Amino acid sequence: MSRLSTLLARETALAWGRGGGPLVSVGFYAGVATLLPLGIGPEPTRLAAIALGASWVALALASLLSLDRLFERDYEDGALDHLALSPVPLELTCAVKCLGQWLATGAPLALAAPIAAIGLGAKFDQTPLILACALIGGLAFAFAGGIGAALSLGARRGGLLTAVIVLPLFVPPVIFGGGALSAFATGLPWTGGFILLAAYAAAAIALGPIAMAAACRNALS
Amino acid sequence: MIERLDLADVAIRRGGRLLFERLSLNLAAGEACALTGANGAGKTSLLRAVCGLVPLEAGTVGFGGLDLTEARSSGLHLVGHQDGLKPARTTREELGFWSRWCGGDAAAQAEAARALDLGPLLDLEVRRLSAGQRKRLALARLIAAPRSLWLLDEPLSPLDAGWRARFGEMMAAHLKGGGLILAAVHDPLPIPAKTLEIKA
Repeated sequence: MSRLSTLLARETALAWGRGGGPLVSVGFYAGVATLLPLGIGPEPTRLAAIALGASWVALALASLLSLDRLFERDYEDGALDHLALSPVPLELTCAVKCLGQWLATGAPLALAAPIAAIGLGAKFDQTPLILACALIGGLAFAFAGGIGAALSLGARRGGLLTAVIVLPLFVPPVIFGGGALSAFATGLPWTGGFILLAAYAAAAIALGPIAMAAACRNALS
Repeated sequence: MIERLDLADVAIRRGGRLLFERLSLNLAAGEACALTGANGAGKTSLLRAVCGLVPLEAGTVGFGGLDLTEARSSGLHLVGHQDGLKPARTTREELGFWSRWCGGDAAAQAEAARALDLGPLLDLEVRRLSAGQRKRLALARLIAAPRSLWLLDEPLSPLDAGWRARFGEMMAAHLKGGGLILAAVHDPLPIPAKTLEIKA
């Protein structure tokens, strides 16, 4: 346990500093959320209609930002060798790395999500659901994204490759979360989409680390 | 605890090229072996293969009958060119993390800092360390979490003459305590050691 807690502390600290950490992710998120009305038009009614969906998609994009460095630095400087040579299974190590990534960027983004949505014209009573979707969706993004980050290890311009691998994996959580949010906004039953989002996050947490560990072992050998 | 290292007819292939084959070595507790060979001969690959990070083309690696996974995960240290140290973190943070990760306690960590004279460097970021100081920080893992088999990849290269001698004493003490050392080197080790030359 002490190994895992010390690893989580290291991963969170590294993710906090990686590529600017939460500030850059939140800044990028704010930038995308600001660009959307400029492209779509400033009419409040039109913006309010897309506020929830737009803030949700922007969140998915922003959580891609620092993902490509999740394993790459440890791979390049040899730390991954030492992380792999341990009584702690590599799968668990990968899971802790993703959790650190979520704590450092996913959680701050989730806090920014309701603000961005309100800025775009969402109603106040929608903010708790936005926050909940962003927190749970952030876990799904971190753990599904980790698979792409691990698979692109050792590739040149791995960052772009990570994005291309990861974006299809982001499709289900974007659909489920977006569906729950728009259903809630129009007064329809929203729990179905929300539960599917949580189920996707649970599946990503359970299965993602297995794929990540296999990809890391392959990159190291 | 690892008390033997046995390599039998080991061959390693990297990038489609057969680096070497039929390499054998038997190392018992208290023995050291200097691994020599030209650049690119496969010294680093052999060390990584002992750790299980690189697959063997042929042959076997054994640790005197111990379970391979267990022996590799908690019985050996690999100190290579890539030290895994993060430039933006301080010496104290990195020493603390890697000691705890390798299963060392606070007393052993303090002992490692003392043995490698890291005290004055603890609050410096790793990026501010010289190559020799950084090597000492990487070597501190060996003391901070005692494990019996040391796999060292050119451990002496960035160290000055004084530190080469002091690290020689540490290696001698490790062997005296029943440890094993397999070190890839270009210069002779400062301790009595077998020699294994890798030839294509």
